[in-house]
Amino acid sequence: MIGIEHYIVVSAILFVLGVLGIFLNRKNIIIILMAIELILLSVNLNLVAFSAFLGDLTGQIFAMFVLAVAASEAAIGLAILVIYFRGRGTIAVDSVDRLKG
Amino acid sequence: MIQTFAFYLFAAFMIASAVMVIMSRNPVHSVLWLILAFFNAAGLMVLVGAEFIAMLLVIVYVGAVAVLFLFVVMMLDIDFAELRAGFIRNFPLGIAIALVLLAELVLGIGAYRAGEIVLGTPTGTAAPLIGAGNTESLGALLYTDYLFLFEATGLVLLVAMVGAIVLTLRERDSAHRGHQNIGKQVRRNPDEATVMKRPTIGKGIDL
Repeated sequence: MIGIEHYIVVSAILFVLGVLGIFLNRKNIIIILMAIELILLSVNLNLVAFSAFLGDLTGQIFAMFVLAVAASEAAIGLAILVIYFRGRGTIAVDSVDRLKG
Repeated sequence: MIQTFAFYLFAAFMIASAVMVIMSRNPVHSVLWLILAFFNAAGLMVLVGAEFIAMLLVIVYVGAVAVLFLFVVMMLDIDFAELRAGFIRNFPLGIAIALVLLAELVLGIGAYRAGEIVLGTPTGTAAPLIGAGNTESLGALLYTDYLFLFEATGLVLLVAMVGAIVLTLRERDSAHRGHQNIGKQVRRNPDEATVMKRPTIGKGIDL
């Protein structure tokens, strides 16, 4: 029988894989954005699993909001990426030092 | 029995494609593996009876976000081999951090299983409706209790859309032929734009 623990474990593994993806591909911002999508997916999975197993729909409502914010974030992030590439000709993260931060 | 089998199938495929997303050499392949991961996550959500979120995941992520990623990856002319240079060097640190995080999450799950933390029980409005499907119950909750949050979400999406357009819009030279200058058009007034002439018969008019 599949319980909530199975879902938590799967989404924990997915979350860790997302974080690992950010660390492994530290130069390629496209993969970093995809890893962030993986992290958000694991959060959504957790919200939906808890919502289903507790019989409370609020988790699914919030999963929808997370989905909307993730879509906006991907759109804005890729737009910034496109204009950065237009100006510099590269998307390497370590060359983003114009603000001298 | 079939649920258990389906759960392990979807979970295994999702984890495997997530690994391929972060490991594959070609970002186009990464996007395609990401799509597979989203499909399997949608399968996992269907398995617990959240059909609406699962379909939303397929439509929004596979239909919009993944295509956007694919579009950007294919549009930009990037040397991906150069971007992958630090991959091996970052590997030990990444694995170490991932293991620490995983250990913490396992500790958290263990604490949850020990049963000291009492999660809230559904009270009244947030419980699924009796005799209605997932989508119907979700709609009944979303358009009543969460109406303002729902509208705020729409506003977030609007701002994201306007932001993406403003960021990527190329400023063209306004003197470029074939582009209208709206300010100039609006500033014209009838006095300087038109002249009255009374031509005599048999002659042309001089302007």
